[in-house]
Amino acid sequence: MSNAIVESGATVRHGAEEGGPGENGREQLSMQQALNRALDEVLAESPKTLVFGEDCGRLGGVFRITDGLQAKYGETRVFDTPLAESGILGMAVGLAMAGFQPIPEVQFDGFAYPAINQIVCQIGRMNYRSRGTLPMPITLRVPSFGGIRAPEHHGESLEALFAHVPGLKVVSPSNPHEAYHLLKYAATRPDPVIFMEPKSRYWQKDGVDVSHGGSPTGAKVMRPGRHLTLVAWGAMVGRCLQVADLAAEDGVDVEVLDLRWLKPIDAETLATSVRKTRRAVVVHEAPLTSGLGAEVAQLITQGCFDTLKAPVERVTGFDVPYPSGDLEDEYIPNIDRILNGIQRVLEYRRG
Amino acid sequence: MDTLPPPDSGSAAVPLTSRQLRELYSLMVAVRHLDSSAVAWQRQGIIPGYAPELGQEAAQVGSGYAVDLARDFVFPTYREMGVARAMGVDMVAYMATHKATWHGGLYDPIESRLAPIQAVVAGSVLHAVGWAHGQTLAGRDGVAMSYFGDGASSQGDVHEAMNFAAVMKAPVVFFVQNNGWAISVPADRQVAGGSVAARAGGYGIPAIRIDGNDVVAVFEATRRALAHCRAGNGPVLVEAMTYRRGPHSTSDDPGRYRSLAEERDGAGADPLERFRQRLLADGTADEAFFAAAMADAKAEEEEIRAGIQALGPRPGEEMFSLVFQETTPVLQAQAAIWREESEHV
Repeated sequence: MSNAIVESGATVRHGAEEGGPGENGREQLSMQQALNRALDEVLAESPKTLVFGEDCGRLGGVFRITDGLQAKYGETRVFDTPLAESGILGMAVGLAMAGFQPIPEVQFDGFAYPAINQIVCQIGRMNYRSRGTLPMPITLRVPSFGGIRAPEHHGESLEALFAHVPGLKVVSPSNPHEAYHLLKYAATRPDPVIFMEPKSRYWQKDGVDVSHGGSPTGAKVMRPGRHLTLVAWGAMVGRCLQVADLAAEDGVDVEVLDLRWLKPIDAETLATSVRKTRRAVVVHEAPLTSGLGAEVAQLITQGCFDTLKAPVERVTGFDVPYPSGDLEDEYIPNIDRILNGIQRVLEYRRG
Repeated sequence: MDTLPPPDSGSAAVPLTSRQLRELYSLMVAVRHLDSSAVAWQRQGIIPGYAPELGQEAAQVGSGYAVDLARDFVFPTYREMGVARAMGVDMVAYMATHKATWHGGLYDPIESRLAPIQAVVAGSVLHAVGWAHGQTLAGRDGVAMSYFGDGASSQGDVHEAMNFAAVMKAPVVFFVQNNGWAISVPADRQVAGGSVAARAGGYGIPAIRIDGNDVVAVFEATRRALAHCRAGNGPVLVEAMTYRRGPHSTSDDPGRYRSLAEERDGAGADPLERFRQRLLADGTADEAFFAAAMADAKAEEEEIRAGIQALGPRPGEEMFSLVFQETTPVLQAQAAIWREESEHV
C-alpha cells in the first residue's frame, strides 16, 4: 500500500465560519458532526445500510453520533436494540447474511467484550467459512480510548485485540476530516471493519474538506519532519502534533505519521518515513505489553534496520487496568512522556 | 405443552399425503444409513471425525421437510445432517466438513438455504434473529429456522436471541432438539426447570413441546410454527424431545457417563421403527417399499462415500483468498511467502 499523503496543512485550526465552507473548501466540524454527516450520507446513498445499537435511535446515541438519523430515515433503518452487545453483533451477522450493510454501535469500548465471541468467531470468519458466499459488510463503530474521566470500562484501547483477529480490519480516525472520509469508506466496504472513534476528540472542531478526502487507505503523514517519526493513531495523533510543535522550538524536526489503518498496517509508508528520519517513537494509549506498538516497532525494524539510529521507542499506557479519571492523566501518554521518549531516541548511542 | 395459537388458515393443518409419508420414511432411512455409515467411515480412516445424530432422525427430517426452500433459511449446528438431507443439500458438500476439507462445508449456503455448519454452541442463534429481522425490513415473508440443543440453551446468546426476536417480532423458529445429553452432562443437570419450551413464556413467545421421535408430529409442529411466523406473529419455540442414542462424536465414549440400561430406557422406541410400524399398520407402505427404501439408501451412501473419497484437499491458496472480499497487501505478502517457501509456486 503506497498511498502516503503529505498534508502539511492537515491541522488547519483557522479560517472557516462554523458549519459553512471556509478557505480551501473546508468546513469547520466537530468529529461528532463529521461522523453524523458521514452516516447520514451513507444511509442516503445505500438503502441496504442500517444503523443500530443501544440508544442509537430516538436518543441519537449517548455521544449523539446518530443524532437525527432515525427521524430522517425511519425506525426500520435506524433503530434501538435491547441492551446486549452479543445480540447486537450476532444480529448484525444475520442482517449481513440477508444482504444488508449493518453499521452497529457498541456504546463504549469496554462493552465490546461481551460481544467478542460474535466478533471473533462469527464476524471475522463468516466470509471464510462460507467460502466468500456470505460476506460481512459490517462496520462496527466503537467509541474508544480514554481521556474523558469516564467510569470503569469506558476508556479501553482494543486495537491490538481486534488487529490480531483474522478477518477483521481496524481503523481509527484522528480528526474530523479523517473521521468523515474513513467512515464513509469503511461503511461501504464488503468486509468487516472495526471503526475506533477517539471519544475525547468528538467535540473538537477542525477543517473538513468533504469533496477531497485523499486516499482512504494506508497511513498518512500529518506533519513532515527530518529528525524523528512519531507514529500514532486516534487521539494520540493530535497530542503528537502538539509535541512536534514543542520539539520544533528546540530545533527538533518531528514527522508525525497517522497510522489510520491498524489492520492492515501500511508498512511501506511507515518504512518510507523512518528511512528518512532514521528514528521512531510509537505512541499509544493501550498497555505496553503485546500492544500494537510492538507490531509497529517490528515493521520499522524490518524495513529500516540498516539505517535506524536507535531502537524504536514505545510511549504507551501501562500494563494496568485503565485507571479512574483522577489517574488517567498519569496513564495516557502525555506531552512530557512523549518528549522524554523522543529524547531517549535522539540521545541513543551504540555500545 | 402447546401455547401456539391454532393456524389462521387451513393450509398448515392439511394432513400429509401417503406419498409425503413415504417420502419422510425414505429420508429417515437415508439419514439413518448415512449417519451410521459415517461412523464406519471414521473407523475406516475415510474421515477424521463425525458427530452422529442417531436417534434424532424424526426430529431432523420432520423439521427440515417443513422448510420452504424458496423463502426460508436454516441455521444448523454441527449435528444437523438429517436436516440438510431433508432440505436436499448436496451431501458430499455437506459431509466435506467431516472430511476436514472445509469447516463450513462445501455447499453453497445461499442456494441451499442452509447457513454454513456452525461449530460454536449457540453461535448462530442470533444470526437467525438478524436474518429474520432482515425479512421484516425487506418486506419478505421468509422465516429463519434456528437449530440448537439442550446444552446450547445454557448459553447467554440464546437468551439474547429470544429476547431480541420477541422485542422485534422477528419471524424465527427456535427449533430445540432436546436430546438429553450435552456430551456427558444430562439435561437434568443442564436445563433448570426441566424444559426449554417453558422459558419461551417469559419472552411472550408461544412454544410447543413435542415428541421429537414422531416424525409426523415434528413436521406438523414445525409447519404450524413456520406459518405463525410467516403471518407476522413473531417467533415460536419448538422443543422436540428426542435422544442422542450414539456418542457425542466419534471421539466420545458414552460408557464413561451412562450405562447401556440407562441408554435403552432413555432412548425409548426407535423413531424409525415406530414410523415403519405406523406406515405398515395404516397400509401406507409395505415391506417391498421398505426394502426399496433401504436399497436406495445404500446406493446413495455408496455414491456419497465415493464422492467423499474422491474429494482432495482445497488449494492452499484459499487459506488466503477467502479471508476477505478485498484482500490486503499484508495477506498477499504472506500468501506469496507461503507459495515460495512451500514450493507451491
